[in-house]
Amino acid sequence: MKPARFDYVRAESVEHALAVLAERGGEAKIIAGGQSLMPMINFRLVKPAVLVDINHIPGLEMIEEQGDRLRMGALVRHRMTASDPAISRGLPILHEVMHHVAHMTVRNRGTFCGSVCHADPAAEMPMIAQMFDGRVEIVSASGSRVLPASEFLVGSLVTSLEPEEMVTGISIGTSSPDAGWGFEEFSRRHGDFALAAVAVTFRVDDGEAIRDARIGMTGVGETALRMRDLETLVDGRRLDETLEVEVAAWLSDNLSPNADIHASADYRRNLSGVLAVRALRKAHARTLERRAASGRERDHE
Amino acid sequence: MNDGKTEITVTVNGINHTRRVEPRLLLSDFLRHELGLTGTHVGCEHGVCGACTISLNGRSARSCLTLAVMADRQEVETIEAQGTPDNLSRIQRAFQDHHGLQCGFCTPGMVMAIADLLAHHPLETDEQIREGLSGNICRCTGYVHIIEAVRELARERGPLK
Repeated sequence: MKPARFDYVRAESVEHALAVLAERGGEAKIIAGGQSLMPMINFRLVKPAVLVDINHIPGLEMIEEQGDRLRMGALVRHRMTASDPAISRGLPILHEVMHHVAHMTVRNRGTFCGSVCHADPAAEMPMIAQMFDGRVEIVSASGSRVLPASEFLVGSLVTSLEPEEMVTGISIGTSSPDAGWGFEEFSRRHGDFALAAVAVTFRVDDGEAIRDARIGMTGVGETALRMRDLETLVDGRRLDETLEVEVAAWLSDNLSPNADIHASADYRRNLSGVLAVRALRKAHARTLERRAASGRERDHE
Repeated sequence: MNDGKTEITVTVNGINHTRRVEPRLLLSDFLRHELGLTGTHVGCEHGVCGACTISLNGRSARSCLTLAVMADRQEVETIEAQGTPDNLSRIQRAFQDHHGLQCGFCTPGMVMAIADLLAHHPLETDEQIREGLSGNICRCTGYVHIIEAVRELARERGPLK
């Protein structure tokens, strides 16, 4: 289908974009990569009166290391996060997750911040933002604020962004160098949205007990989730069959996923347990590998 | 003149084209209807089939998810830049050698995606090739011959520099 009519403004600066939003906020949409917005516009599910193109605003394409956090500017495209050395160091799980985000051509254009702003309940970037304490930097003509991802993401395709506001960047925490990670997703076709996905990072202590676990999920709720109760459940425990059974049972008891034509709620609950156990095992194996590797490095010194 | 149109200049295959267009005009329709470059095919028009893949500033993009006005003062390359029937490009020749197409509808998008893969992506394993092509749907070939063509191109290219 073809889009309905709209006006188009190519923003020269953040201030320029904010001025347009201040004037026409309620009927305006910001477009960056457009990989989620354009299909909706083509289907006329979204009919903005004005489209504010931020693709040419200088300075928004930066991935910055800020202490133990990474800041993604509003125009950091998926392709850039897939190969960035700062992300290899601080957030290696993102490289693996990125393979599941649509396809090369979509990743060339789509942005990290855009994906979080779109807030698809089965998308991966909102899950990363939730799981790593994302802080969403928001500006408008009248001021600025920072919201945690957990408050920014309200529901399916719903955020707490006001019509006159724009997201200029999102900062996320990093995983410790000795942490392992695992990511498991199931979708009907490669690159499709997840029926369920689980991301896990943790390190293990000298007794091989799980420490500092972060667990994120997507596809199983109104928004991507951080599973804090599950993190508490695994904390201080060794990964063994007893714990695996407990994790799967906990997810089955506590998740309330939607049912749709792709999968029933029961199917998603069961799938979540299967994927969570696989992700925990992968993270565990990587943790041991990383520890062995850093041990070898120490021996050489 | 306030007809709701905007003047844009898009560099397509090295040539500047200036037109007055509505902001809602998709780049795919701009290429086909305004410039007559019908090599870019339109399949699903919502970004899932890959038939309309073009190159935007050196990277593959879906022209149905790009507005013509977004391509103003940008560089676009289409399948027409690849080769001619008498002088096929290397990718097109590999498709011919391996019988990488049947009806040909998906082929321009495939070729443009493969150009990006060869320029920027490691293609050391069939898995990488398959993942690289996963955004382009072909309903005829079953992909096997396309993958064989890419395998040969990747071998010829060698490891990514």
